[in-house]
Amino acid sequence: MEIQAFQAIYTEITALTKATCTLKAKGITYDELAWVDGRNAQVIKIEGEMVTLQVFSGTEGIGTAAKVIFAGKPPSLALSPALGGRYFNAFGQAIDGLSQPQGEEVNIKGLTVNPVRRQLPSEMLSTGIAGIDLNNTLVTGQKIPFFADPDQPFNRILAEVALRADSDRIVLGAMGISHDDYIMFRNSFKERGASDKIVSFINTSEDPPLERLLIPDQATATAEYFAYEKKEKVLVLLSDMTLYADALAIVSNKMDQIPSKDAMPGSLYSDLARIYEKAVQFPEGGSITIIAVTTLNDGDITHAIPDNTGYITEGQLYLKRDTDTGLTIIDPFRSLSRLKQNVIGKKTRADHPQLMNALVRLYADASEARSKQENGFDLNDFDVRSLAFAKDYVRELLDVRLNIDSESMLNTGWKLLAKHFKVFELGIKQEFIDKYWPGEKV
Amino acid sequence: MTKGKIKAIVSNLLEIEFYGEVMQNEICFVTLGDKSLMAEVIKIRNQRAYAQLFELSTSLKLNDEVLFSGELLQVDLGPGILSKNFDGLQNDLDAMKGTFIETGQKNVSIDFDAVYTFTPLQEVGALVQAADWLGEVPENWIAHKIMVPFKLKGTYELVKIAPKGDYKVSDEIAQLKGKDGEIVSVTMAQKWPVKWALKSYREKFRPSKIFQTGLRVMDTLNPMAEGGTGYIPGAFGTGKTVLQQAIAKNNQADMVILVACGERANEVVEIFHTFPQLEDLKTGRKLKEKTTIICNTSNMPVAAREASVYVGMTIAEYYRNMGLKVLLLADSTSRWAQALREMSNRMEELPGTDAFPVELPAVIANFYGRAGEVALHNDSRGSVTFLGTVSPAGGNFKEPVTESTAKVARCFYALSQKRADAKRYPAIDPINSYSRYLDYEEFQSETESILGANWIEKVKKMKDLLQRGIEARDQISILGDDSVPLDYHLDFWRSELLDFAIIQQDSFDDIDMNSPLKRQQNMLNLALNICEYTGEFEDFNQVSTFYKKLINTFKQWNYSAFESDEYEKYAQELNATIA
Repeated sequence: MEIQAFQAIYTEITALTKATCTLKAKGITYDELAWVDGRNAQVIKIEGEMVTLQVFSGTEGIGTAAKVIFAGKPPSLALSPALGGRYFNAFGQAIDGLSQPQGEEVNIKGLTVNPVRRQLPSEMLSTGIAGIDLNNTLVTGQKIPFFADPDQPFNRILAEVALRADSDRIVLGAMGISHDDYIMFRNSFKERGASDKIVSFINTSEDPPLERLLIPDQATATAEYFAYEKKEKVLVLLSDMTLYADALAIVSNKMDQIPSKDAMPGSLYSDLARIYEKAVQFPEGGSITIIAVTTLNDGDITHAIPDNTGYITEGQLYLKRDTDTGLTIIDPFRSLSRLKQNVIGKKTRADHPQLMNALVRLYADASEARSKQENGFDLNDFDVRSLAFAKDYVRELLDVRLNIDSESMLNTGWKLLAKHFKVFELGIKQEFIDKYWPGEKV
Repeated sequence: MTKGKIKAIVSNLLEIEFYGEVMQNEICFVTLGDKSLMAEVIKIRNQRAYAQLFELSTSLKLNDEVLFSGELLQVDLGPGILSKNFDGLQNDLDAMKGTFIETGQKNVSIDFDAVYTFTPLQEVGALVQAADWLGEVPENWIAHKIMVPFKLKGTYELVKIAPKGDYKVSDEIAQLKGKDGEIVSVTMAQKWPVKWALKSYREKFRPSKIFQTGLRVMDTLNPMAEGGTGYIPGAFGTGKTVLQQAIAKNNQADMVILVACGERANEVVEIFHTFPQLEDLKTGRKLKEKTTIICNTSNMPVAAREASVYVGMTIAEYYRNMGLKVLLLADSTSRWAQALREMSNRMEELPGTDAFPVELPAVIANFYGRAGEVALHNDSRGSVTFLGTVSPAGGNFKEPVTESTAKVARCFYALSQKRADAKRYPAIDPINSYSRYLDYEEFQSETESILGANWIEKVKKMKDLLQRGIEARDQISILGDDSVPLDYHLDFWRSELLDFAIIQQDSFDDIDMNSPLKRQQNMLNLALNICEYTGEFEDFNQVSTFYKKLINTFKQWNYSAFESDEYEKYAQELNATIA
């Protein structure tokens, strides 16, 4: 905080809750930043001369005579290429021991891109993971979360995807992740020689939860700078959005707002959408792709956080352990990439959509066969073949550890079909069968 | 003009002390530096007006000045609406400068300086009333009617009308004289408040004509009607938007209005990019030429979501009054309801179920009630067909928006998570969905005049077969393949055939995405014939192999162009299998 000369200091707080304080103040603007006894705070309500501040680190130990100073401006960030390779906290202050970068200060909330100025996202973002590239192809300018249970290695996979994907810049927004995962991100960026292209805004589980509320805006404002001003292909990683939403609920609760489903604020949809909609493909070439993590409670996707997220994002990727092989895969049934239609069969080989669907459908047949087997029924010939297929499908394609190029994925797919099935069992267009079927055409 | 000052701010809710007269739902403007931010009054109490701001309230402060406009939220109606891309408040998005939408920038709705060729349809001396056609101008391929202002009450005499020629939208093209001798000047454009239904027509009918969407699961199984209402509820990922876009592409309407209300920007971008290229099946011109988009995506002002659906409906009613068949699609009405909830919550009103405002059912009923087929005063007919999507929280249909909509919409297209997971698209549940129009006698006879006698019977037959298939499947999975009679396998596979061949449709295949009614007629007839076939089967493996082959051939048939050689070949092949 920088206190300037002649700045008004207020010392009469009239109300305090765990997260907010209220006082009489003049000339205050909505959303502006303030400091309460040196703690960061922001204006969230103006009522006559009474101003309510949200104190990010909580109000424990704040007295009614605490010193309150207003910044006169909303949260902002100094943007410059010097952000590259740096680590910041939720307020954009350097936490890596280096000096604070200088640059043009902008309001981190930013403006909305005019929808008619957006470009249709249609450039494939390959990751080498078949659960993504083959089944749920990603596109630059897309926004998609991993839906994962807390015990799954989602942050490791997120880091892996980020490092493999072809991008000019990675912006990491970490909200309430464990300190261990923070170290993991830092080390893997370093090991892969990617440190310089990464900008990180870090709030770990040790930091005050309300500070998380600023992380997505810091990350997307940075991304917008590199994507729009510098025309870079930017990948934004946000983990964990569930903890972000939990922080929203705390504030709304302290503001006496009526909660809607699952104790979440009624504005949850709009709050999340404002962040995710920053994903964009600019016509000038730059783009922002957002890959987030939303942790689930025991796989429950009807909870308000994953539910609202699903309505906002362009698909979702579920992590799952394949029971048959014990391998971690991206669930082919429930995962979805809504923008894959923009590239599959167009930028990728023409047989991609139909082949992918056939593989997933047959994998579904296998899971039915498995439940038949578990219930003690006899398996017919088709059941036996689909079970054998499923095993190969997971081992040779879906395993997230594999790194395969798109063309090979398709060829492997055909190989597996020909190994286990007959043409009429597929329902694939004849022209593709004629062209790609490696076996006997019966 | 009434003035006021801001007294309180919570997010986008402003409390304004005003000095003078203020109306409920009046539009006001907050001065912020050299900009003015638009807001709408939603409650008035004790000299205080509560207004929802259509922008972020960042940097507003106590005592900032507010100017009340004296007007409700209105739209400009006139030539130049067709094929435009508007935001939720009818600002022309293409006319805005820059990549980003600047706060409080001055915007335009329609171009009042644009020149159109006006042809009069009335002569001086004619007695006219509100919404009567005075003349017409060509707008794309539509003869855009210039109408007597809707706000006029009673009869007027036409005392002056412009001769055929080129005029600007803002030019006077007629003068009307009222009973008391007052003269009303008429231009090509007029204003109308969006929350009031445009009622200048003679009578509204019960829908009787099938509204072709090209989607078999709708047209064949649960058809929409011209002037009808329907809704599509579905959890995320079940294909609401793909479905609505498919309908937007394949329908037979004269005009389509797409309202993207609080949904993803990239979905609208896709329409911006594809519709100018796609051919409209009705007119043979580009789809964009008959489509107007109202776009208030989820990152645009929450308060404008409500406005966006009303703007869409008002424009639909305006074109309906020209005797056109208008299709209005809104995706998603839940986002509008959520916007109402956010405001109600900020005003600290007592909440109804799930914290939605208690008047929600009434608001929804009122909105759906604006659809319909009408006869105008000159006996022409026009219609507004409305189809809205609903995004139920947690995919659970027992929630206020779905329930309120169920009470008013006549068609219900339930998107099933199970079908979506199994990639059986469109994921409309064929059994739980319904069309009330199938019960209307006038609708039945109109439909059978197109699709042949006993069509309604056949549709019922198909639903019965699907139901039997589900029951058979349950039995098979409980008892096992070997322990049930062969008939169960037959029942199951018949329903699979109907599902794969008719209900499932590939909306990304150029041919399969759209089935004309005649083709649907052929398909259902043939599929039902196959279902009659009993054949000789030794065991269930033979049944499944037989039907899998049939399904494969049926799919190839679906991928063949209607009435092409290939189409005939596969039809013969199918017929041969059961001969």
